[in-house]
Amino acid sequence: MAAIGGRHPLGTSAALHRRRRIDRLMRGSATAAAILAVAILGIMIGTVVVNGASELSIAFLIKDPPGGSLVGVAGGGIANAIVGSALLVVVATAIALPVGVLIAVYLTEFSTPRTARPIRMALDLLNGLPTIVTGIFVFGLLVASHGQSGIAASVALAVVILPLITRTTQEILLLVPKELRDAAHALGVSRWRTIAGVVLPGALGGILTGVVLAVARAAGETAPLLLTDSIFSARTSINVFGAAIPNIPIDIFSYSESPFPAEHAKAWGAALVLIAMILLGNLTARAMLSRQRRRLGWMPTSQR
Amino acid sequence: MDANEPEVERRDDVMASNRLQVDSSSGAPAVPLVIGAKESAPAPPTEVVFELLDLNVYYGETLAVRGVNLKIHKNVITAMIGPSGCGKSTIVRTLNRMNDSVSGFRVSGEVNYHGHSIYASGVDPVEVRRRIGMVFQRPNPFPKSIYDNIAWAPRILGLKRDLDARVEQALRGAALWDEVKDRLRSSALGLSGGQQQRLCIARAIAIEPEVLLLDEPASALDPISTASIEDLMQDLKQTYTIVIVTHNMQQAARVAERTAFFSLDDAGDGKRAGVLVEYDETATLFTRPADERTRGYVTGRFG
Repeated sequence: MAAIGGRHPLGTSAALHRRRRIDRLMRGSATAAAILAVAILGIMIGTVVVNGASELSIAFLIKDPPGGSLVGVAGGGIANAIVGSALLVVVATAIALPVGVLIAVYLTEFSTPRTARPIRMALDLLNGLPTIVTGIFVFGLLVASHGQSGIAASVALAVVILPLITRTTQEILLLVPKELRDAAHALGVSRWRTIAGVVLPGALGGILTGVVLAVARAAGETAPLLLTDSIFSARTSINVFGAAIPNIPIDIFSYSESPFPAEHAKAWGAALVLIAMILLGNLTARAMLSRQRRRLGWMPTSQR
Repeated sequence: MDANEPEVERRDDVMASNRLQVDSSSGAPAVPLVIGAKESAPAPPTEVVFELLDLNVYYGETLAVRGVNLKIHKNVITAMIGPSGCGKSTIVRTLNRMNDSVSGFRVSGEVNYHGHSIYASGVDPVEVRRRIGMVFQRPNPFPKSIYDNIAWAPRILGLKRDLDARVEQALRGAALWDEVKDRLRSSALGLSGGQQQRLCIARAIAIEPEVLLLDEPASALDPISTASIEDLMQDLKQTYTIVIVTHNMQQAARVAERTAFFSLDDAGDGKRAGVLVEYDETATLFTRPADERTRGYVTGRFG
């Protein structure tokens, strides 16, 4: 079996050696980059958990902060901010979701390339807009005349997440096979009923994913809230049309700015609660999504 | 076009004789199809459902189909065969205005459905499609349950009474009931390809159209599923007028009473467009074609 020159004809040549080295190097760098991403997330969550866990207690979750002139003291909780943040996000999503889905439907089903391009560009620009600018815009629009309020904050957050919801919805609508639209058309079903009955239900999972991303974004968004919803009482409030509503991002911001160590601890605790809320929402939505997919036996992304 | 002229004449003669027979008899006698029979069966003496008069179809500036004259008869299976790109799918999609959403699509000439142009102004394409059902090449069930696949359109179109009975009837009509009656609530996407295609047929007949357009309905299916679809077509033609586009000549020979052969033809200016070469009883078209191009195609040496 020995080949001429002592080398097996199918053995490794020098060129192949080099190609293998490059291959290994590239695979290594790509893997390292992927690990880095996970590591950053891990370190960040780890830090928050380590620093915030000691603050976490049932009281922290269900009690309002000690109000009045009691600053810098330990005790109390952030119940007012938890309720407020959830409320702001729900209202913001309620505003942005229908509008965003309708824009996506327009872009995929009704627009011509001439009308679609400027709209898509506008959405991309809106997405890239610094959120503090959105905050200033809503400040001028609502806060300057009516003062800070939950609704002002919700509108600002809705503007922030609108392009996010629209783009994810649009992308998922494009994945709904044309054959399904054809099938519905061939049954003598009108365009809008086709969209409402076949296209949107088929895209529901994807839309939900978009909403989850948007909720996570809105829940953590701080800059617009500084301008629209930052001076609030220590009481839990659910009136979005009234005064400013307590919320977690502003709590984290003001507690961490505070000179009192007790409030630094609260900032960590609030951060942990916020992250936990977002993760929980994310996982719930994923579970719902996979349940829906199993029920329909259909994966829009794997079809094409 | 010149080469075509005599063909058009001849076809019109056949049509004229059909018309006479329509007057003298009624009912739809089944035409036994025996390939190779020397005597061609008489032209089916049934009512004309579709009449295409000098139909041209354009996509933008491109002429896709040129000068088609064709009559499609009630309760008869009409096959359209021909090489790829000859415009047979275009024509069948023109019959129920499925091409409307294609940008640049435009027709000239007439597409008459029971004597009324379906491209006249004031005609609602949604209503056209409601009466003229279509089944596509690839099975395309909705990502819904088997039951909802069928019940969805009737519900929207206001056919809500006895929906369960309607669903059962449609599934029986498509020879699928026995296979799925115990799992109507499970996803239609769990069915096999052949079952999915029969579900699509059931879905189409659930809204009681008059015509079923089948655009290569079996080309994505295995031979056994294909056979079941072909059997089904023989049952369906009692109730529906069927137009089937197929790449498969044997299939046309097996199922269709009348066959139209389309080809790509040069208009003289170097641009090729689909034309109707020959339209006749299937047996005649396959055994004694009048046109040299038809003979070339059906005998397998296309040129």
